[in-house]
Amino acid sequence: MTQFYILTASTVLTMALSTAAWSQETHPVTGDKLAEDQTFSYRLLDQFPSIDPQLVEEVEGGHVSRQLYEGLLTQNADGTLRPGVAEEWSSEDNKTWIFKLRPDAKWSNGDPVTAHDFVFAWRRAADPATASEYAWYVELAKIEKAASVIAGELEPEELGVRAIDDQTLEVTLGQPLPYFPQMTVHYTFMPTHQPTVEAHGANWTNPRNIVSNGAYTLEEMAVNEFFRLKKNPEYWGADDVIITEVTGYVINDVNQALNRFQAGEFDMMDELPAGSYPRLEAEAPDVAHSVPRLCSYYYTVNQSESGHEALKDPRVRTALSYAINRSVITDQVLQAGQAPAYSFTHWATAGFELPDIEYANWSQEERMARAMELMVEAGYGPDNPLELDLIYNTSENHRQIATVISQMWRPLGVTTVLSNYEWQSYLDIRGNQNFDIARSAWCGDYNEASTFLDLLTSNNDNNDGKYNNPEVDRLMEESLTQADPQPTYTQVEKILAEDMAILPIYHYTQNFVLDPSIRNWPMENVENNWYVRDIYRAAAE
Amino acid sequence: MLVFIIKRLLVAIPVLLILVVGTFILMYTAPGSPFATERGIPPAVLANLEAQYGLDQPFVVQIWRYITGIVTEFDFGPSFIYRDQNVNDLIGQGFPVTLTYGFWSFVVAVIIGGALGILAAVKHNTWLDYLAVGISIGAQVLPNFVLAPILVLVFTLWLGWLPGGGWQGGQWQYIILPVIALSTSFMASIARISRASMLEVLTSNFIRTARAKGLPMHRVIFRHALKPALLPVISYLGPAFVGMITGSVVIDIYFSTGGIGQFFVASALNRDYGVMMGITVLLGTLTILFNLLVDILYAWIDPKIRY
Repeated sequence: MTQFYILTASTVLTMALSTAAWSQETHPVTGDKLAEDQTFSYRLLDQFPSIDPQLVEEVEGGHVSRQLYEGLLTQNADGTLRPGVAEEWSSEDNKTWIFKLRPDAKWSNGDPVTAHDFVFAWRRAADPATASEYAWYVELAKIEKAASVIAGELEPEELGVRAIDDQTLEVTLGQPLPYFPQMTVHYTFMPTHQPTVEAHGANWTNPRNIVSNGAYTLEEMAVNEFFRLKKNPEYWGADDVIITEVTGYVINDVNQALNRFQAGEFDMMDELPAGSYPRLEAEAPDVAHSVPRLCSYYYTVNQSESGHEALKDPRVRTALSYAINRSVITDQVLQAGQAPAYSFTHWATAGFELPDIEYANWSQEERMARAMELMVEAGYGPDNPLELDLIYNTSENHRQIATVISQMWRPLGVTTVLSNYEWQSYLDIRGNQNFDIARSAWCGDYNEASTFLDLLTSNNDNNDGKYNNPEVDRLMEESLTQADPQPTYTQVEKILAEDMAILPIYHYTQNFVLDPSIRNWPMENVENNWYVRDIYRAAAE
Repeated sequence: MLVFIIKRLLVAIPVLLILVVGTFILMYTAPGSPFATERGIPPAVLANLEAQYGLDQPFVVQIWRYITGIVTEFDFGPSFIYRDQNVNDLIGQGFPVTLTYGFWSFVVAVIIGGALGILAAVKHNTWLDYLAVGISIGAQVLPNFVLAPILVLVFTLWLGWLPGGGWQGGQWQYIILPVIALSTSFMASIARISRASMLEVLTSNFIRTARAKGLPMHRVIFRHALKPALLPVISYLGPAFVGMITGSVVIDIYFSTGGIGQFFVASALNRDYGVMMGITVLLGTLTILFNLLVDILYAWIDPKIRY
């Protein structure tokens, strides 16, 4: 009896102490009192196809990868670079890069993270046998011989990356690239644990098998339902990680998701129902947020052989662009803080200065008047009408925007046939230039203007409109070796606007709802890269 | 009877084969590919992907490999989209979910629907009848994609009684809303059919005889009227049961249950050939099996039917 009593008393005491320890703890930087419950949960629109960092190819898998793995470098809340597994990095000529890895970085099974793990992962990304849909990223980073390895002409071992010793990684580029460190933040360049991949093959990311090196490990997963991550005690920075558990719920229907968010079932969701943002913001300004996001919405104009003859005339393209009243689209259709776009690169891109595009400063009446003149000059108008085929992929927003724009083009004597395709058919049609005008969007892969502008060089695979201007190609080539390429980017934007290579429409914002108890959310990260290791839940006041 | 069953099972084989070949052809004629992405894939990588999944082989070879894989190893192949998973695992995860909420929906629909129908028939032209008919018509015209969000709005957002979705291994509180949403319209149909057939039976000669003999009402209904009145209901229940256990994309999408209905639709949109074929074969097989089961039940209940 006495024994039982002592036992109970000590249990109660321990419990009281540990609870007290939690609830009294404050955040070391902000001084906020921390909540006892340090879990974070969010909604996913769709199940991610893979969380193997070399196979990830979409947004949701990217978010999970950032919690599970840590690359050479990661990002601070404002998107600036921050040491990850690499403590230091340097290059004399922007061509040979040396990364010094921290000695205390560990995998979740206790193995040290070494330079060899990065070599393995990067070769794996480029190796055609891996069949990574993001293999092109290795080539985009200009790693030496990447193109030949991806094409299967050289062995993956020939790739320009090697481990000098366990703590030193040397990367050799085919040409100088000043922003290479920024590119190592991307999931394709996160390390993978060779013994695990080799032992389990495609199943290595199964919760039973997975070994990761980030702040979290995968605990549980049910496809199309949910997954759960647990704090990784082996992570070198584990002492600073406050959130202990992360849960993601796959909820396809956006209205259902919003109801469940409002019922308090989870802490964060983005991709809000179309048109709901103004209401949400009015009801709860501390919950609804709108921040810039590094994506541009535009219409691709088919300038290839198969395109409409009229669209090869820059005057027609310019007229079409002038006639689009962007503020109607941003302020009346979307209503969530998007910025009207008159040039391609997103305005919030790091270091990028928006070019002074002339027509951006005109009134819509002026643009419309000039558009009419241009159409007449090009030989079109109400008496010689133009019929164009406009395609878009299934989405309420895309449909509304296409409808509005086709109305804006009507005064020019342009009739538009709208065609809606589901995503896979749409990619097929757009990729084979079977359209006149196609709804498009591009999101930056890294925070630098070239991630947008490269798209409009003539040999880029994603240049679906087949825009071709040797001057743009030459300038983009030159920008690679310039100490400060920003003026060149601005110049390229001006040429694109003169040629009206694409029809820019708006620059994205990320609209999301976040439980106000979740703090330190990286609102200023325009790539929308969030790391749960940096956030925490504050106690109710 | 045994000969009949064996014959039906043998006929099922060519039916399934036609289903597989037909779906395969439809899949291949649809534009797009499981590997099409906005960024484009380097040709060598694409070639490897296609080789990995056997898409570089001629059509006949692909379909032959697929069928022999199923027949010899019960292997439905890999998923083309979820690259860390194979079709057997995905169906193994999703089908039990669907089966669970489908089964409970069936039970609820049969019990409530049947009771409503019989009650309405027995209390013909009273307020009970009108109420039952009113409920079943209301339930019938309310599609589940309307009902599901309403349920979440009421029980999750306003009352906070039940979670608005998820499955969590099938805990009871996660099953209730999907079952209500799925069973409602089936329940209404069962109520309508059983009411109509019960009314018909109750006016027939042998029931009049039974009543004339002075049998109490409950004996007339349960001993004499119920069995013949159930016949039309049973012919409806077979396909209804298949419909419920093979999942509903609406339930899966609105309640995020992770059932196969959602996989089925997503696989068609993503061109996930493996998953699409796997679920088609599964649903085809179930449909054939349950139709057979209904025919057998029919013979057992109705002495006039002999195979």
